[in-house]
Amino acid sequence: MEEVRQFVVFRLGQEEYGVDILQVNTIERMMPITRVPKAPYFVEGVINLRGEIVPVIDLRKRFGLPPGEITGDTRIIIVMVDDLTVGMIVDSATEVIQLPQDAVEPAPSVAGNINSEFLEGVGKLNDKLLIILNLEKILRPSETEQRAIM
Amino acid sequence: MDNRYLNVFLEEANEHIQNLNNNLLTLESKPSHEVVDEIFRSAHTLKGMAGTMGFNKISELTHEMEDLLHEIRNGSLPITNTLIDVLLKCVDMLQEMTEQIAREGREGDTDIRPAIAKLKKVMSNEPVGGKAKDEPEGADNISFNEFELRLLEEAANKNLKTWEVYVELADNCLLKSARAFLVFKALENLGEIIKTKPHVQDIEDEKFDKEFYIYMITSRSEEDLLNAVNSVSELKSVNVREVKSANFQKKLAAAREMLSVKENPKETNRIRNTSKTLRVDIERLDNLMNLVSELIIIKTRLEELDSLTEQGQKRREAIEYLERITSNLHDAVMKVRMVPIENVFSRFPRVVRDLSRELNKEVKLVIEGAETELDRTVIDEIGDPLIHLIRNALDHGIETPSERVGKGKPREGTLKLKAFHDGNNVVIEVSDDGRGIDVEKVLEKAQKMKLVDKSQGKKLKEIEILNFLFESGFSTSERVTDISGRGVGLDVVKTKIESLGGSVEIKTRKNEGTTFLIRLPLTLAIIQALMVQLGHEKYAIPLSAIKETVIIPYKELRKVHKNEVILLRGNVIPVLRLDEMLDIPANCLKNENLTVVIVKKGEKDVGLIVDALLGEQEIVIKTLGAFLKNIRFIAGATILGDGQVALILDINALI
Repeated sequence: MEEVRQFVVFRLGQEEYGVDILQVNTIERMMPITRVPKAPYFVEGVINLRGEIVPVIDLRKRFGLPPGEITGDTRIIIVMVDDLTVGMIVDSATEVIQLPQDAVEPAPSVAGNINSEFLEGVGKLNDKLLIILNLEKILRPSETEQRAIM
Repeated sequence: MDNRYLNVFLEEANEHIQNLNNNLLTLESKPSHEVVDEIFRSAHTLKGMAGTMGFNKISELTHEMEDLLHEIRNGSLPITNTLIDVLLKCVDMLQEMTEQIAREGREGDTDIRPAIAKLKKVMSNEPVGGKAKDEPEGADNISFNEFELRLLEEAANKNLKTWEVYVELADNCLLKSARAFLVFKALENLGEIIKTKPHVQDIEDEKFDKEFYIYMITSRSEEDLLNAVNSVSELKSVNVREVKSANFQKKLAAAREMLSVKENPKETNRIRNTSKTLRVDIERLDNLMNLVSELIIIKTRLEELDSLTEQGQKRREAIEYLERITSNLHDAVMKVRMVPIENVFSRFPRVVRDLSRELNKEVKLVIEGAETELDRTVIDEIGDPLIHLIRNALDHGIETPSERVGKGKPREGTLKLKAFHDGNNVVIEVSDDGRGIDVEKVLEKAQKMKLVDKSQGKKLKEIEILNFLFESGFSTSERVTDISGRGVGLDVVKTKIESLGGSVEIKTRKNEGTTFLIRLPLTLAIIQALMVQLGHEKYAIPLSAIKETVIIPYKELRKVHKNEVILLRGNVIPVLRLDEMLDIPANCLKNENLTVVIVKKGEKDVGLIVDALLGEQEIVIKTLGAFLKNIRFIAGATILGDGQVALILDINALI
């Protein structure tokens, strides 16, 4: 039987991205964020998620995209990777889709203007392209990158 | 293998190994039956556990230890230093193997054969049990209890003899117990019967075959006893022989020690009530703690709501009641997390014993306040810094016996560990009565290391000079010759303690000794804090770090070498602009007056300029999590009554 994966689809600008649903904890509406001084540039701050302190990053900043506006559609997707729980600010979260594993192809070197290191691959669904993120890479800056951003 | 069982095994094994260590040391200084039993029990349990888990080496080694302990229990092996040494070595080996298991899940290739050989040697070198062979059956097979042994000892002191009277009844004797009773009667007139075999009750009930033994203490001769017994008819044979005091001398000695310990009920209790506890996963406790924290947050929120609306007396009363319950609940949960510092201190007798032997010093360890309780998280972290201080004290503080005698001090040095509560803190003192720290030499060294100007040195107070010892790298070279080696790694100690929210202080007097004073917060989870406003942001400053708050006119801010300072009651205090340090968008006009929070770090005072004070509050400390660890200036975060997150300033990092 073919392996089917599910992805949470969200938007940054015109592009659609997907994260594996197994890594997604919840999706929250925008809420007050407390700035954390001396944090990496893409960290927006921390939020109170039902009594837990959860750091929130701005995915646009992380990907080097121009800043977006906060609207009624803006969401914080809370993801978990190993011991890290982090919220990601996105323009909107649209749907959950199913993709067979073989519909996910390795990422081309340039996809939607973002660093290919952040990508796991590209999913093809009908005529749409879905950029699938590698959260591990996004949330854990490499040593060299860490020196640059701190 | 199931990890869950492995963890339980490791945890319990460590506990038993710790028990073995402690009790062996007790056995060395104060032998008693209870201690031997306790050691035996630990070894036995460990053997069983290891066997079940398939750790054969541990099980084999503990088995051999058990054999040796059995001999000690019988009293046939005297307790010597060598014997304790051998057993301690075995315990070390057990520890090594458990550590290996913790790391790799298996025992590794530790060679236990030498240890077993040593155990066997100790057992055979002392052939106490072998002597009995050339003597007839009887006394050597019988064991006297402590009470009887005491009687025997008294008898020996009074030059009375102990006799064993063997009586065999005639085959056709009908009323066996009646005959026995007559024999008793006859002997009772001559002295004191202390024991019979079988038990006198069994003899009365005719629960014996044809023969019995009577042990008695008397001044009469063998002949008198024989005559007396022979006056009873229907006896087949009678035999009387002396029970030589040498045969029970060893047991006597052991028993006396047992008795002396028994008379000290506190000691016995301490050993007895080892672990009647419930093992709870620390995560569950953390969870409980989190819930209590939530409760405190919502309580604060209710209080704030209440202050805003004008709603009857009754609601306020209800909230006050809620407050009382929450704080009681908080205390109760905190208590569950509290463990006596004994858990850490109990490692130290062994450390001190081994180190003082190694250094050829005579050191007595005095422990006070071991029952003082601290939060579990603090307990786990405090062991290493303390060991460091103990090593320092033994290595560099306490002098050799000859040096001490030369100074007119007792040969034996004293190392004192003392823990006690002081307000919301726990204080741990590590003090020695050694040579003290040479403050002059510390200053010289500090000047050499350019930590201080030559000219400024004179102005420094002693305490400021001693603080140089905590500088990293201080005195790692020229150890013992220079400043008696103090300071080696003291920076590590200080960093660790400060990371726990505590502080260290040194007090020293030449030739009288040195005391390290460690101050730790009772709990790490909930603290009192002052909330301050900076721009649009709110920050929490732990109250424990705050000395006072002052409001001073802006024009009183002065500049000394590019650094801003204020003058407060004649003291120059450097000030920091928090908004700049924390990159807070400057959107507030500089007020005419400055609000300054004076915080202390050790002996140093620093002023922090803030926009406004928002009042004191009980806050629950939460971490920023793994993703944002090592953020400068921020110690953690807390959730305010309105649900917003406020960051907690790390005063140590700011200054």
